[in-house]
Amino acid sequence: MPSTEAYLMLSATLFAVGLAGVVLRRNFITVLMCIELMLNAVNINLVAFSHRLASLEGQVFTIFVITIAAGEAAIGLAIIIQLYRLKTTVNLDEVKELNG
Amino acid sequence: MDAITANMPLLVFLVIGTVAVAAAILVVAMRNPVHSALFLLLTFLCVAVLFVMQSAEFVAAVQVLVYAGGIMVLFLFVVMLINVRHLPHEPMLTKFAMGGIAVGLGIFLVLATVVRPGPYRDENPNKDRLRSVPAYRTMRVTGADGTVTRKRVVRHRVVGNSEAVGMSLYRDYLVPFEVASLFLLVAMIGAIVIGKRELSAAEEETAPEFILEKVEREKEVKEAVHA
Repeated sequence: MPSTEAYLMLSATLFAVGLAGVVLRRNFITVLMCIELMLNAVNINLVAFSHRLASLEGQVFTIFVITIAAGEAAIGLAIIIQLYRLKTTVNLDEVKELNG
Repeated sequence: MDAITANMPLLVFLVIGTVAVAAAILVVAMRNPVHSALFLLLTFLCVAVLFVMQSAEFVAAVQVLVYAGGIMVLFLFVVMLINVRHLPHEPMLTKFAMGGIAVGLGIFLVLATVVRPGPYRDENPNKDRLRSVPAYRTMRVTGADGTVTRKRVVRHRVVGNSEAVGMSLYRDYLVPFEVASLFLLVAMIGAIVIGKRELSAAEEETAPEFILEKVEREKEVKEAVHA
């Protein structure tokens, strides 16, 4: 059986890739996908500890995280559609009305 | 042959983990959002396999249904609604992107140094706990001096992962569960309000007065933003 540490390292890798994507991509849709990737990495962590400690709490929390991810995706994509209607772009660098 | 069968979980973990990480990197690296979305789908499915390997079957099913089924369809919908071909070319390896890679490597190093084989080794838990529900019973206990006392005992009945998670969700985490459902309602209403489109010319003739006033106000706001 792979150890808990192996799962934690995998989750750390996925989280790092997601965070790098959020920082380096300028496409709003891809940035939202990378946020989903980071939430999924957290889920791997929670389930790994749930398995390790034989406690159901981790799995219940994972379901809550999935709920939050679904809501976040719905709101984020609605914002993307509205942004595209307003400015016909989904490039984050071109959305800078609040830039000081 | 025995060595392969004994190491099967590790082998599956290595293959699935490699595919998951490679697909995650491709999500970031692909220019076309449709390709990104499909690689994200692959990552989600790999993670679902990892969940099954850790006796979280219900969470794996929810992962496939909600992530791979629901959220991915939502993403692809939006990609189809937005004309991706007409978007300007996005330069990939800029100075900014180097900063992003540096941030990713940094957070990976920070997280990797926290992972140590020490602290969670001492637990040797009962794996049946992940698929059993607690059943409470009262037992009569006759003491040494003849007095009868009632004692509450907990027995763990092995049923299955879905029932165990459901029991935990509806018994121990009922209030967070209700808050989550309220959150989903708020998110749904918010998405509808944010995502609704402007009225067409035909609709403007039949729409009631207050809606037209509202549309007029929204147009003024939009023009102010554009100016």
